[in-house]
Amino acid sequence: MRDAPAAPRVPAGTLYRGREGMWSWVAQRITGALTFFFLFAHVLDTALVRVSPAAYDSVIATYKNPVVNLLEVGLVGAVLYHALNGLRVTAVDFWAKGPRYQRQMLWAIVVIWLLVMVPGVYFMLEHTVATLFGSSS
Amino acid sequence: MSAAGLPLETPRSARTRSRTNFELYSWLFMRVSGLVLIFLVLGHLFIMNILDGGVQRINFAFVAGRWSSPFWQVWDLLMLWLAQLHGGNGLRTIINDYAERDSTRLLLKAVLYASVVLILFTGTLVIFTFDPNIG
Repeated sequence: MRDAPAAPRVPAGTLYRGREGMWSWVAQRITGALTFFFLFAHVLDTALVRVSPAAYDSVIATYKNPVVNLLEVGLVGAVLYHALNGLRVTAVDFWAKGPRYQRQMLWAIVVIWLLVMVPGVYFMLEHTVATLFGSSS
Repeated sequence: MSAAGLPLETPRSARTRSRTNFELYSWLFMRVSGLVLIFLVLGHLFIMNILDGGVQRINFAFVAGRWSSPFWQVWDLLMLWLAQLHGGNGLRTIINDYAERDSTRLLLKAVLYASVVLILFTGTLVIFTFDPNIG
C-alpha cells in the first residue's frame, strides 16, 4: 500500500499562512487590542462627570485638540475595520460558503470601509481643518 | 490542514484537553456580543464624533442631557458590559497565544481581569449615580 500524499508542509511551530486570511486576522487582533486599551482610558475619563463639570470639560477638551482629533479618526477606522471583519469572520463560521468566499468578502469590506471613512473623516476633521487653516472665525 | 481538532480559540497554542465547553461558549459569545456591539458602538461613534458638530459639542451639559433619558443609560450600560467582556475575552485569547511561560500568563491575566473589574465597576457606578446638579 502506498503512502497517502504528504500534507503541505508548514514552517515548524507556526500556523501562519500569509495572504489575506492571515493579515486580516492579524489586523483584527491589533485593532481589537488597541480599542481595548482606549476603552480603559475612555471609561476613566468619562467617570470625571462624577467629580465635577469642570473636571469633565477639561478632559474632554483634550479630545478637541487637533492632534487627538486625528487619533480619533484612527480609532474610528480601527473600530470600523474590526466590526466589518468581525461580520466576515462570523460569515466564514456560520455560512456554508463563507470559507470559499473569505477573500472576496475581505475586499468587499475594504470597499465598504473606504466608502464610510471618506465622508466620516470629512465630518470628523471639518472643525479642526477650519480652525487650523480657515480664514473665517 | 487537518479539519479535525484545530483549536481555533487559541490558534498559536499547543493543544490541550479540557473537560468543559468554556471555549465553545467563549467563541459563541464573541460572535453574538460582536453583532450587538456593531450597532451600539458604531452608533455611539457616529453620534459622538460625526453627527451635528461631532466631538466639539460634547461637554458636561451634553452628557447630562443624554443621561436624563433611560434609553441612553441602558444603551451605555449595555455597551460598557458587552465591550469589556468582549475585549477582555479577546485579550485573554491573545495572552494565551503569545505568553509562553506559565508565570507570565498568570501575571498578565491577573492584570487583565483586575482592569476589567475596575472598569466595569467604575463605569456602572457612574451611570447609576450620575448627578446632573453636581458641583
